[in-house]
Amino acid sequence: MAATIAGVTRPAVPSRGVPHRRRADRRRWRHRLTVLSFLAPALIGISVFLIYPLLSAIYFSFTRFDLLTAPVWVGLRNYEHLFGSDQTAWKAAANTLWLVAFLVPARMLAALATAMLLTTVKRGGSVFRIIFYLPALAPPVAATIAFVFLFNPATGPVNELLAVFGVDGPLWFDSPEWAKPSLVLLGTWAVGDLMVIFLAGLLDVPKPLYEAASIDGASSWQKFRFITLPSISPVLMFAGITGVIQTLQFFTQAAVAASVASGKATTGGGISSTFGYPDQALLTYPMHLYVSGFRFYDMGYANALAVMLFLVAFAVTLVLLRRFRVFVTGGERG
Amino acid sequence: MRQSWLVGVARHSILIAVAVMFLAPFGFVLLTSFMTSEQALTSDWWPSSWHPENFVTIFTQVPMLRYLGNTLMYSVLATLFMLLSSVPAAYALAKLRWRGSNATFVVIICMMMLPPQVVTVPLYLMWADVGLTGTLWPLILPMLAGDAFSIFLLRQFLLTIPADYLDAARIDGCGEWQVLLRVVLPMARPGIAATAIFQFFFTWNDYYGPLLYTSESQEYWTLSLALSQFKHLHHVEWNLVMAATVLVMAPVIIVFFFAQKAFVQGVTLTGVKG
Repeated sequence: MAATIAGVTRPAVPSRGVPHRRRADRRRWRHRLTVLSFLAPALIGISVFLIYPLLSAIYFSFTRFDLLTAPVWVGLRNYEHLFGSDQTAWKAAANTLWLVAFLVPARMLAALATAMLLTTVKRGGSVFRIIFYLPALAPPVAATIAFVFLFNPATGPVNELLAVFGVDGPLWFDSPEWAKPSLVLLGTWAVGDLMVIFLAGLLDVPKPLYEAASIDGASSWQKFRFITLPSISPVLMFAGITGVIQTLQFFTQAAVAASVASGKATTGGGISSTFGYPDQALLTYPMHLYVSGFRFYDMGYANALAVMLFLVAFAVTLVLLRRFRVFVTGGERG
Repeated sequence: MRQSWLVGVARHSILIAVAVMFLAPFGFVLLTSFMTSEQALTSDWWPSSWHPENFVTIFTQVPMLRYLGNTLMYSVLATLFMLLSSVPAAYALAKLRWRGSNATFVVIICMMMLPPQVVTVPLYLMWADVGLTGTLWPLILPMLAGDAFSIFLLRQFLLTIPADYLDAARIDGCGEWQVLLRVVLPMARPGIAATAIFQFFFTWNDYYGPLLYTSESQEYWTLSLALSQFKHLHHVEWNLVMAATVLVMAPVIIVFFFAQKAFVQGVTLTGVKG
């Protein structure tokens, strides 16, 4: 060991160990090159599409930059605007947090309920599973357009049906109070992906536990509370955290719903002029970022918004990584 | 006996009621797509006369074939490129021993969890520099450098392949690339299929990406961007919008029916095993 560090005590005559070690060295280098050959594209991807744009976003967030002239360093001015005077940013952040608080639990409850319903059927279960899953496949733009149409206050079948029961239906996507709950309904309809994950978790719960509980005279609620819930809690936790991260990016459905409900009904160019309809109720944080950058060409400010979004999403990701360490390191290598 | 029969009926009534709620929106979309544009504006839900020609009109009134072609180009190329770059990366993360592999995987998870809007502005500026904004290439080319979600999913699949098979091939003198191509690929076919389907669906359904890069250049629009362009003077022609909606949904549902098993297995792996 000392020989390799100082190079002084290296014996004049090579010992038998050295060619051996050299061969081992060469093998190690070959192995490293092999690993690199597998990973090179991904490593390029990480540097060009993650590290570079992240650093770049942080830099731009301290500048004023409108695409036409070179960025000008303005220090914390963008952040002062964000925290001090931009009411719209706060409204947008509140909307996104509202969705995190209601959309995520609603989807999880619906997924758990439908998955448990599926575990009770003996025959025809796969048919119901497919039917329950189908809405999750519907392209979000198409599904949103369909929902706005179905929930149209004047001509949609939903309010028609409510009227049969004597209920005066709300204005749904046209009402500032009901627009976000309408999106929750849409998200709950397309709950199939989460349901399949929960179903797998439920089927993994050992049957003998339920049998033993039945013998002990446990009620259905007790079985659910003391066997099912503890067994699937990691699955629920994982789904909850990833659900929060997905909801922080919520964009498409809110953008399309606003555009179609406002009557402009475009999903292509010019859609950002309807963002927020009705009355900023559907303006999510990522939409505000998009408008700042690509409608007002205020790239510096858009990047300040991006940095804040990054910090929140990263914090949630850290929670996920800490809670599910096994998930990262676990598994067999070969 | 009698009571359990009643419970069974009650349970199935709930199931059927829930199934109807899940299916009803599809039914309304399909029925509306056969109506006249006047009837689509009323509260009727059954077409008074059937107009299958709506499905032809959506191709003649706007360049739908072109949007379909753009969408297919985006989906097919992005899926192929993803497989080329992500399968080897997932193999290195799941089956090769090297220092830093856990750290790399953590970075890939962070990349997968990163809201796309965070890096939107710098990436847009980067693609503007090389003159590719206004096309779909800024969405396709990055797939050659790996897709974080696909690498994650493929790795989870590859972890389930027992090491013995790989070791046997290594003892027979196979290099790692040969092990991947000859041993792992055939065994991981369901996992690769599921990942490819996910990628295909993601790109087929993608809205944010095409909106960002092509919203001002209509010749590159995908179906998502073109869905609701059917307007007659001031009112939306809902029958045509719904026909286009059916057209966008159909391929996804058809692919799903053919590859259901692999697909469900894939969805399950996106969760965490309890």
